[in-house]
Formats: sequence, structure tokens, C-alpha cells
Amino acid sequence: MTRNIVGEHREVGDENRYTTLNLGPTHPATHGIFQNVLTMDGEVIVRSEPTIGYIHRAFEKLAERRPYAQITPITDRLNYCSAPINNMGWHMTVEKLIGVEVPKRVDYLRVIIMELARISDHLICNSVLGVDTGALTGFVYLFQFRELIYEIYEEICGARLTTNIGRIGGFERDFSPTAWAKLDRFMKEYPEALKEFEKLLKRNRIFMERTTGVGAITAERALSYSFSGPNLRATGIDYDVRVMEPYSSYDDFEFDVPVGKNGDTYDRFLVRQEEMWQSLSIIRQAIEKLPEGPYHAEVPEFYLPPKEEVYNNMEALIYHFKIVMGETDIPKGEVYHCVEGGNGELGFYLISDGGRTPFRLHFRRPCFIYYQAYPEMIQGSNISDAILTMSSLNVIAGELDA
Amino acid sequence: MEPAQHPTLTLLTERFGDNILSADIRYGILTISVTQPAIVDILRFLFDHAQLQYRYLTTLCGIHHPEVNQIAVVYQLHSLENNSRVRLKVWLPEDKPETPTVTDLFAGANWMERETYDFFGVTFTGHPDLRRILNVEDMTIFPLRKEYPLEDQTREDKRDEMFGRGMVGSGQ
Repeated sequence: MTRNIVGEHREVGDENRYTTLNLGPTHPATHGIFQNVLTMDGEVIVRSEPTIGYIHRAFEKLAERRPYAQITPITDRLNYCSAPINNMGWHMTVEKLIGVEVPKRVDYLRVIIMELARISDHLICNSVLGVDTGALTGFVYLFQFRELIYEIYEEICGARLTTNIGRIGGFERDFSPTAWAKLDRFMKEYPEALKEFEKLLKRNRIFMERTTGVGAITAERALSYSFSGPNLRATGIDYDVRVMEPYSSYDDFEFDVPVGKNGDTYDRFLVRQEEMWQSLSIIRQAIEKLPEGPYHAEVPEFYLPPKEEVYNNMEALIYHFKIVMGETDIPKGEVYHCVEGGNGELGFYLISDGGRTPFRLHFRRPCFIYYQAYPEMIQGSNISDAILTMSSLNVIAGELDA
Repeated sequence: MEPAQHPTLTLLTERFGDNILSADIRYGILTISVTQPAIVDILRFLFDHAQLQYRYLTTLCGIHHPEVNQIAVVYQLHSLENNSRVRLKVWLPEDKPETPTVTDLFAGANWMERETYDFFGVTFTGHPDLRRILNVEDMTIFPLRKEYPLEDQTREDKRDEMFGRGMVGSGQ
């Protein structure tokens, strides 16, 4: 419910009484480069006009010039809080195009990585929401676990933030014993920390009063704005790509899709909080049921051969050359594949004309789509509430601007 | 499944037979090309139909096809009720791409149409605020069109053919 105070004591349209306030582009409270030109009636926002594109990097154009394997690093930079989900989504899109079935073990390893990424994404969003309401403690407390997640990535792929993790067809290497040990440690220590974090905020009176009813949107409007992910689920709609169109063997796991009721900041917080618990449960199931087998599919045209084979084996050398130079034949086709990203339905709409690069690649970026509802959501609220609303929507500049 | 058996296509053909140019199923998604004047009516029909309920706009984007001098605008709809997706395409002439807005039907189409305008120059008539969105406002070109190559083609200090560059539309 937006608090519509405008017009109660003043004539709407009396423009001379309004102040224009420029929030951003660089403002410490917006966690990224966003500009909002606010028209203020005293402390109340009458109108706001967002300007975006400050970190636009022309990814869709770049992708038209790059061989398929080289597009993975571009996807890292969309939602950089959960880069592995973007990487996996892209690999699965290409696999769908070329018709590769990956081994079960790859699916499970991917699920583990994707759920870790989801946790790190939600963890940042929720703990920063705490910071914006004035509770720094929870943030610094949870942040060390993001560090632990990054260490797990590092063990698997060598990178931390922009991961470029996995390959078309599977993983570059199996998880190392150190990676499993770190994952174990995370699974042991994180639930306790998360529980404490919840104790700190979930029924905290100050936190609840700051977030309940703030930046609310109805289910109907959210659907009209094509919301997805936790922000849509907070309004009560249980749309989750993992359940609706299971990919990467998500149908093997038992998990709930938490939904909210009011679509406000507090509900978004609760939904993300519960999703972290569900993610933990999915990871636990994946570790328990993890099948033995190869960690990549047999697709020599797309999956780089091991280096020692390149030096000693003619076929491997040819494939290595073809992959690196982007000379592999790709079928023509038009594919849409989507995954449940940290912020919702992350889609890859790929058109291949058989050339070395995509003919057209469009990213469905959930942030870009739902951020347009922001002016409507903050109309009639205070600046401090607008900051919370933005924070709880988890708008990531990289994904917004592509 | 053959496209002809797809319930969505059957219902659409019944109502808009003449306006459907082609239809096939591409990697699981029914893809229909329709004539430009009918697009809003078709979207509204799919939205309102009690059985189909395509009420979620997944993506709206453009594709430039220089080989036919056309720009396609693609609407991907999702019926959350039936969990089924459909992709609609309208083909517009490259020199004057113009089609009505669908912002009345989907609030979320607003920025998606602005993005399509920004990158392809498609004019969505009736759009409340059709401005560039990601690029700078004084840009004069529509950068995702194929005639604009990625790198500065005027540079002479490197031999592009050595780097696989400089071949606009190569293999495309």
C-alpha cells in the first residue's frame, strides 16, 4: 500500500511548490549508478524519473562478434552478484541449440554452484537492506560467508567475482577435495549465522516498521510489469522457473517456493530469507545424491581437450584449434532458454545463422524489466523509504544496463 | 508436435487466418509471423482469451535482417496459467519501422519498447515516452542494426583481416 499523502493539503499540479531533487547518479545509498530526478512536495515524492544506462557496455552488440565460448565472460557482468547462474544459463542455452545432453553429475554440480550463487545474491540484498535501515552488524556478520562462497568458486574455476565458471558441455575440472571441504564448512557454519541474522531483523520492531507497507506493489501490477523472481513472489504469485520449466535436473529435488502476500519491502525480505533456506536444502540434497561419472559431456567440437592430449593427439589438436579460433559449425536455430537468476527469469534469446558468432543475442534481464515500476512504487513515499524500496528490489546496475 | 496441432495456433488461425504469415515450432516454442496491422489485436486476443491467457510479456526485442531489408519485432508471451509460451514476430521495413505500442496491454512493455527504439529505431506509435534509454540522447544511429560494425572501421593502423575483423556480416 503506497501512502498517498499528496493532495491532502495542497493542490496537485501546483508546480511552484514542488522541489526538484537529483538523487544520484552516484549516491552512496543507491549501491550503484542510478539517477532519479525526484519531484518533491516537502518530504514526499510526487514524481520520479529514472535515468539508466550509465554502465551500458553494449553486450548484445559485442556478442554478435564473439564465438560462443567467448560470450560466457560477458554474462558474468550482467548480475555480478550471482555470476555463476548467468554462466550456467548461457552454457545451457548453447547446449540446447546444439542438442547436447550433459551427464547427471554435471547437472548436480551446476545446481550446487547455482544455489550457492543464489545464496550469495540474496545474502547481499538482505544484509544491505539491513544496512539501509541502520543495522550494519548483520551485514558484516553475513559478509564473511560471501567470502567463503567466493573461495569455493575460486577453488573450482580460479575466479571470484566474474567467474566464467564451467564450459559448454560441463565443467573445466571436477570439484577439488579442497572445494568439497570448503563447501562442507559453509554448509555447517552458514545456517547458524543465517539464523542469528534472522533473529536480528525478522521480528525487529524498528526494522519491521521501516519496511512493512513500504514500496508495495499488487500482484496484478507486478504481472503487468513482467516482474519475476523474489519480487514477484513477494506479491503472492508462485512463478519460479526452476519449478515451471525445470532445467539442470531441478525436478530431482524437493523444495518449496516461498511466497509473500503484500508485495512490500518486508515481504521481499522474507521471501529472500526463506529462499536461502531452500537453497541450502537443495545443496544438501545435491551433495547427498551426487552421482558418480564424468564432469563434462562428450562434445569434442565444443569442449576443450586436455592440454597434454593437444600436444600428442592429432584430433585433439584440431578440435583445440577450431574451438579457440571459433571455427566450429553451429546449427541454425532460434532458442530461448531461461533460468531462475538471483532476481528472476534470466533469459537468453539466441538466433544462430550457422556462423561463428550469434546472429542476434538478447538477454532478458529481470532488473531492467522490473526497475521501470520503481517510480510507481515510490510515489507518495519519503526519500528514506524510496532508498529501502530500491535496496529490496535488488537492482543490480550491471544487469540493468547490460 | 506439428505446429498445426498447437491449440494456440488453431485458435489464432480461426480468428486471424489471413494475418498469419507463417508458423513453426522452434526449440519448443511456437513461433508465428503475423502482419503488422493485426499485431495489437492478436496480442489482445491472446491476453483476453479465457483458455489461453497469455498475460505475461517475457521479452520484446528487435532483430535486424539486412538480407530482406526488414526489422522484426519479437514478442515472447508466457501463459503462467497453462505454462505455455508463444513467440510473435512482426516484420517492418528497415527504412521506416513503425508499429503501435502495446503499453496499454503490458505496463512492462514501456522500457522494452524504448530499448527497441534505442537500438533499432523502431517507432512505437502511441508510446507515452519514446526516448533513448541506454544510449546517450544525442546519438544519431541505431547501434544494433547490422550496418554498424562493432569496431572503428576507419582505423588504418591494423590489418583487420589478420584478426578476423572488418568483415561485416561475415558468415551471417
